[in-house]
Amino acid sequence: MALLEIIELQAQVEEKQILNGINLSIQPGEVHAIMGPNGSGKSTLSNVLAGNESYEQTGGNVLFDGADLSELDAHERARAGLFLAFQYPVEIAGISNMYFLKAAVNAIREHRGEKQLDAMEFLDVIEDKKKLVKIREDLLERAVNSGFSGGEKKRNEIFQMAMLEPKMAILDETDSGLDIDALRIVADGVNALRSPERGFLVITHYQRLLEYIVPDFVHVLVNGRIVKSGGKELALELEEHGYEAFEGAAV
Amino acid sequence: MKIEDEKSFDELTDKEYKYGFVTDIESESLPPGLNEDIVREISRRKEEPEWLTEWRLKAFRAWQKMETPEWAKVEFPPIDYQALSYYSAPKQKIDAPKSLDEIDPELLETYEKLGIPLREQEMLAGVVAVDAVFDSVSVATTFKGKLEEMGIIFCSFSEAVKDHPELVKQYLGTVIPTKDNYFAALNSAVFSDGSFCFVPKGVRCPMELSTYFRINAANTGQFERTLVIAEEGAYVSYLEGCTAPQRDENQLHAAVVELVALEDAQIKYSTVQNWYPGDKNGKGGIYNFVTKRGHCRGDRSKISWTQVETGSAITWKYPSCVLKGDDSVGEFYSVAVTNNMQQADTGTKMIHVGKNTSSTIISKGISAGRAHNSYRGLVRIGPTAENARNFSQCDSMLIGDRCGAHTFPYIDVSNPSAQVEHEATTTKIGEDQIFYCNQRGLDTEEAVSLIVNGFCKEVFRELPMEFAVEAQKLLGISLEGSVG
Repeated sequence: MALLEIIELQAQVEEKQILNGINLSIQPGEVHAIMGPNGSGKSTLSNVLAGNESYEQTGGNVLFDGADLSELDAHERARAGLFLAFQYPVEIAGISNMYFLKAAVNAIREHRGEKQLDAMEFLDVIEDKKKLVKIREDLLERAVNSGFSGGEKKRNEIFQMAMLEPKMAILDETDSGLDIDALRIVADGVNALRSPERGFLVITHYQRLLEYIVPDFVHVLVNGRIVKSGGKELALELEEHGYEAFEGAAV
Repeated sequence: MKIEDEKSFDELTDKEYKYGFVTDIESESLPPGLNEDIVREISRRKEEPEWLTEWRLKAFRAWQKMETPEWAKVEFPPIDYQALSYYSAPKQKIDAPKSLDEIDPELLETYEKLGIPLREQEMLAGVVAVDAVFDSVSVATTFKGKLEEMGIIFCSFSEAVKDHPELVKQYLGTVIPTKDNYFAALNSAVFSDGSFCFVPKGVRCPMELSTYFRINAANTGQFERTLVIAEEGAYVSYLEGCTAPQRDENQLHAAVVELVALEDAQIKYSTVQNWYPGDKNGKGGIYNFVTKRGHCRGDRSKISWTQVETGSAITWKYPSCVLKGDDSVGEFYSVAVTNNMQQADTGTKMIHVGKNTSSTIISKGISAGRAHNSYRGLVRIGPTAENARNFSQCDSMLIGDRCGAHTFPYIDVSNPSAQVEHEATTTKIGEDQIFYCNQRGLDTEEAVSLIVNGFCKEVFRELPMEFAVEAQKLLGISLEGSVG
């Protein structure tokens, strides 16, 4: 059974149709990349999958681990193991990153029927995971994303992903705004989390990220439709010829 | 938000007030109405000395000539003071209970439901002493013996009148005169009971003193009187907590709290107020019209007010400090939450009189539903207050788009050496913040609670530990169903 099965998905934002029937099937252990020009619907896809209520699913179906996603609220999708690394992580003043993560980890553990972590156990897990993305201690103490640089925010997203251990992770333009060093650290973190059980959907504008996170499949998204799918070499092809060739085809 | 969600939020909002129950205890109440005879009768039943009866009568006569204040940003129909009963005491099988075993078991059960197991508290060696006020008469006082050994007096107000009349006479009404304002005058005339605390020179009270208030009998106004005195170099931390059984009629709660700090003394007064707020259409709920003021009389004395106000249909309350002693310090930390139809007009007054006096005001107002939340504060630097300093920070948070937040700062400076700062912010919980939390597995209620607690952190850290935990929970309960 596919981990994530997207069938003829249509969606709109503020009554404007953005996704025009997307089909995609991701098996456990696979890394899929979606590439597309600005305005092709990349972020809409990630938001619809995560259950953002500003985005409305108007047609089609999405099955996650066999369950109909449209039946689940955003927090239920998260608890079921769907993770979204935000393109623009949100700041929350007054709540330390650590405290926030502990609440999140325990909400998800409770859903899985696992026991809540106490402060000491939680710190142990943190020690373990923070090496993955080389996150600085003081970022854990600071309020969630408050005053973080762009790179720190993205690193924090990957760190949260490591802590929450999702079944399926969606990375929404995680490479945007990163310099080459930060990009490498983020990619190393993602690669360390690759496993035969976990699926990844990497959404990006540029081929650059895919040099570090090597996908099993690449899909080209244009005007709310996947117009071409292929192996990792498709990314290189895009780099060379741009999206223009596909934009004509999609209309 | 999807429609299904709104429905479930409504269900949450409709949740019955957790503490809404009525204890079936025979009350010896006076008939409704207010006149000089009633005032005399209250005083007689309480076996008070003549000077106190006269003091009450003087207040009553003053009250008769006064008018209900209308400057606050709150709305309510006129109160019929003649329809209220001014005295309600639970009947006891034995006149003066000597231990908890002698307390009416039904009464104890009420406390159990409210989550204040007195028995356990007594056993929890020395954490908090509770002088529990049920309706108007104090029924149980714990840890009194231990405190007595240190010379600390902590008892009900009636007991203090009987056992320490000289102290009561010396301090009563010296911070808040009987004619101070409409509700203080009313309280002075008909106050039924309350708490009294005296910490002698050089003594540091080793435990948090705690009082719980409750309004039980229908249509009974509750008029507490609290007097806390810290002599030279003394220290005391005092906690006040409130939960009230559910009633349809609005109930009036007009308390008076007076604090006196002498030289080098320090008083920390913390309140968690959770009176019944009324249902979501604004029916029922407590009118909380309270006068609280502290006098920093001695040099280097300090008074801190910390309050978490989540309940009551209407809150009208300005815990204040008069900084008379040189180098004295006044602090006010407040979280006021209003949801549904609740109204709050709350803040503080910092009156600088002495030299080098300083004050800090941190106010956090949270509005949800159709509620209105106002901060009203006065900072007055008198001509004698050389080098006085004040810092005020008033932050408002809005949840939803039908509520209101208002800030009314009054600054009155008559000394050119003063330094006064005022900062204010207004924020709204964003849908993007909620979604971010949702995406990390937290449901919307948890997300709101988390964000709001972060907003209030500066105030919560001023609360004693066990109170801070309770306050955080209360905030969560109060805002349940507020995001739709």
